[in-house]
Amino acid sequence: MSQFMTIFGVWLGAFFTFSIFSFLYKDNPFYKLAEQIFVGLSAGYWFIYTIYSILIPNLFGKLVSDFNGNLILLVPAILGMMMLIRLIPKLEWISRYPIALVVGTSVGISMLRYTESDILTQMTATMINPFGFSSKVEMIGSIILILGTVFCIMYFYFSRKQEGVLGVTSKIGIYFLMISFGASFGYTVMARISLLIGRLQFLLGDWLHIIKP
Amino acid sequence: MSNSKPLDRRYIFLILLVGVTLPLIFPLGLKSEVSDLARQVYKLVEETPTNSTIIISFDYDPATNTELQPMAKALIEHAWKKDQRIIAIALWPQGVQMAEQAFADIMKKYPDKKYGIDYMNAGYKTGGMVTIQAMGRSFKEVFPSDFKGTPYEEIPMLKNVRNYNQISYVISLSAGDPGLKQYVMAAHDMYRVKVSGGTTAVSTPGFLPYINDQHQLYGLLGGLKGAAEYEALLGIRGTASNGMDAQSVAHVLIIVFIIMGNIRVYKQKKSKHEKK
Repeated sequence: MSQFMTIFGVWLGAFFTFSIFSFLYKDNPFYKLAEQIFVGLSAGYWFIYTIYSILIPNLFGKLVSDFNGNLILLVPAILGMMMLIRLIPKLEWISRYPIALVVGTSVGISMLRYTESDILTQMTATMINPFGFSSKVEMIGSIILILGTVFCIMYFYFSRKQEGVLGVTSKIGIYFLMISFGASFGYTVMARISLLIGRLQFLLGDWLHIIKP
Repeated sequence: MSNSKPLDRRYIFLILLVGVTLPLIFPLGLKSEVSDLARQVYKLVEETPTNSTIIISFDYDPATNTELQPMAKALIEHAWKKDQRIIAIALWPQGVQMAEQAFADIMKKYPDKKYGIDYMNAGYKTGGMVTIQAMGRSFKEVFPSDFKGTPYEEIPMLKNVRNYNQISYVISLSAGDPGLKQYVMAAHDMYRVKVSGGTTAVSTPGFLPYINDQHQLYGLLGGLKGAAEYEALLGIRGTASNGMDAQSVAHVLIIVFIIMGNIRVYKQKKSKHEKK
């Protein structure tokens, strides 16, 4: 039975892969069917997963069988209920408090960490002596790093008209930005082709057994 | 050419499909250079002593299986080759199953590795950055049991693990948030634990600034290419290496299409200019 289910699953996977790819030719009922099933399945999956993998182990399970006077557990329980009160239009305002708490906490944590990791540490990493490297490649690389950082920041300096020295440097900054956008685009292309390769490896390997899975 | 109808894009899809399929069936054996970024990850694993405990975080789901699963398998194989103990955790719900699948695949090569002694799967935890920060205080508080429900105290390899101080390095295989970025911010920048990782190709450029002299990241595996590079360093030919021929052919085709498109635009502009 389990072997039948495995084979059936592979055939189902192949059918839905073709259904989704058929959109590349034109919109059609097979694509729509696959799309709707995907949306429905995802919603159902996440609903059940949230209950069994988040709510029960972290809250309900502990409240029922392992409470031991642990009053702190009541805080998320009450906040969660306040959030659900949103469904009653007259009492909708109550849900603002848990939302405010979540937003405030997230902002507080993120602000600290982003300031340290994305601003302070990044600035420190740019404050290097380019002539302290032993190899020429590293030296040139670090000079480009410093100049690129400075010129790109120059481009985002809007308090003065971009002419003269500021105009030239910000123009160079644009070129640095364009190169980085090009690199990002290249990586994106690579990722999309990888997805196609993954599906083809599945079709040719697991389904048709033409190649080794 | 300038007055001709634009090429139906379906022909481009068809050419790409053929261009990707053929190298998968008939491998070309194209060589792929190993980047310095992959070497840094390799060096981190290679130079970590035997019997060290490490964390591999499975922060992805089946949608990015093609790019990240080969990395997971290669990293597990390398860590086991060096007799390191692996704690698998997941910041994405389906990461738990991805970890199980990767362990099961590598177990075929290392049948003597035992659950609870050489590796364990702590399971999924919601919370992202808060969870990573909390692990720095107490690992047991965040994961009181493994994904099967076995209590922390009953897992032998966790006997001496309290927080990041007992962890040699963390590797996050990340398809988005939460993932590698949060590990850099919380695990490295707060607790100074060595962090490395692998990402989907789409998000790779965003992580490159973290590879700096502050060592916010120890190397990076970017997309299928990164996975293939790691397989090459290990001397194995896995699914990533097999896919690289197809990837290279697709890239050449795309470059040809871009050049053709630009020539067409140039000719159109020229003919308009001549008409004026």
